[in-house]
Amino acid sequence: MNAFLTSRPVSDILTGVTNGVVYALVALSLVLIWRSARLLNFAQGAMAMIATYVGFVAIAPHANYWVAMVVSIVAGCLIGALTERGLVRWLYGKPELNPVVAMVGFLLVLESVAAAIWSTSSRGLPSSFSPIDWQLGGRPLALSPFAAYEIVTALLVMGFIAGLFRFTKLGLRLRAAALAPEVSRLLGVRVNRMLTIGWVLSSGVGAVTAVLVASNYFTGLTPTAMDGVFAFGFIAAAIGGLDSPGGALASGVTLGIVLQFVSDYVNANDVILVALGLLIVSLMVRPNGVFTRDAQRRV
Amino acid sequence: MIGVESLSVAYGAVQALREVTFEAPPGRITAVLGANGAGKTTLLRTISGLVSPKEGRIHLGGATLTGRAPEEIVRLGVAHVPEGRGVIGEFTVEENLRLGAMIRREPAGPLLEEQYALFPVLGERRRQGAVTLSGGERQMLAMARALIARPRVLLLDEPSLGLAPMVTAQLMHSIRDLCASRELTVILVEQNAKSALRIADTAVVLYLGRVVANAPAEEVARDERLRQYYLGMVES
Ligand SMILES: Nc1ncnc2c1ncn2[C@@H]1O[C@H](COP(=O)(O)OP(=O)(O)O)[C@@H](O)[C@H]1O
Ligand SMILES: [Mg+2]
Repeated sequence: MNAFLTSRPVSDILTGVTNGVVYALVALSLVLIWRSARLLNFAQGAMAMIATYVGFVAIAPHANYWVAMVVSIVAGCLIGALTERGLVRWLYGKPELNPVVAMVGFLLVLESVAAAIWSTSSRGLPSSFSPIDWQLGGRPLALSPFAAYEIVTALLVMGFIAGLFRFTKLGLRLRAAALAPEVSRLLGVRVNRMLTIGWVLSSGVGAVTAVLVASNYFTGLTPTAMDGVFAFGFIAAAIGGLDSPGGALASGVTLGIVLQFVSDYVNANDVILVALGLLIVSLMVRPNGVFTRDAQRRV
Repeated sequence: MIGVESLSVAYGAVQALREVTFEAPPGRITAVLGANGAGKTTLLRTISGLVSPKEGRIHLGGATLTGRAPEEIVRLGVAHVPEGRGVIGEFTVEENLRLGAMIRREPAGPLLEEQYALFPVLGERRRQGAVTLSGGERQMLAMARALIARPRVLLLDEPSLGLAPMVTAQLMHSIRDLCASRELTVILVEQNAKSALRIADTAVVLYLGRVVANAPAEEVARDERLRQYYLGMVES
């Protein structure tokens, strides 16, 4: 059993899941906004990165890890609300390209502002989870306390968002506003407020993601810390279906596993090429997402 | 009492309503009739706040509705069942109703039960996706979702559209009952003038955005000129 659990394919799966849950969180964050606003938030990673700097460097540099994390999440939510009210609201109903240009521009601005304020040198976050793999019968299991922490946190976040949407009144309003904005207004749903709340939730999820990414002992927090993760999360969301939170999660984890196998058995440098290849193939075969059900009729 | 005073609405250069004036009293059904493009939908959308008028005023009791957002107007007691019914197909029957009950600050349970008693078929299908409902059942759901908020005014936009004659007759019957039993102000927009005139107290006839008649329903039903020119009712 120990030999199996520490075998090469199982190791790849464990590592893949650890990477994949992070892609899944990015994908979830993107889907939350796409569903309500039909906008791809290219600045998602950068906004989350800023939230982490605000929590761990600007506001609570000497605080306990968990306190700083909560501050980062609150900062992330605020950044989401401000972005929606201050920038995105002006983009609704504009030609398709405007939001793309605006959000990519916003990404560049955020990254340069972060570099100007906090410099580009990497900072370690005081996470107390060891990055050293557990041992099983003298051989390493491809899972460390830090990886387990990432996976558990990601599952908690996903469970929280799923529960909120499925079981609460706010969730019902959020879904209604996204599916049928005009009908929702006629029933008294404040659709503009729901849009803002969508950004708040998305950016909160983003902040947790960035804290996880920056807590990695080997990389730490830098202004561009989220770039790679964002690219894979974006691809996962596009493959899984931008309208489907469940699809985004499944696709994020699957992508993490597939890419880990590629990296291990083929070549680590081919990972991004394979990811793009998967994206192109999936967009050709199922443009609405691999994990979405066939388009339902809206009545 | 809901009152519309010289209401004019334009979409760019298209003048959709021109100085429309009428009143709709509680406990009565006011039918708004007219051919396709006459401005009926625009009238309801302006009352519920989705469209802003160029000129004119709409009031409900002492309150002015003009200038308010739809989210506020529904809280003042105006429920609008839009053209095409607006049922959310991705939701279950019950989720649609819960959405309608959201503006009531009380537990949804008894409110839901009340609607299920009124429309038993919705109770049987409460957990089903709304896409699975037939046209008539969808219309019931749309009505129940509006009524669950206990409105004072009910705006119905072509409820009979796409329904079989039998179903339409039943629907008109229940609109009649609801209006009488709850002192509801009903504004019933229909292209199907015949069935609307059977249950309406008053009929307002629109032609190219203007009111060309505002009279008791029986009078309008008897008026040959109105029937032929504005309502397209050729058979007698
Ligand atoms: N959103 C819109 N933009 C431009 N013109 C519109 C719009 N909605 C309706 N119209 C025009 O306004 C007039 C009245 O339309 P409508 O209120 O839908 O009439 P009805 O419901 O009686 O068929 C028509 O000439 C229609 O083409
Ligand atoms: Mg119409």
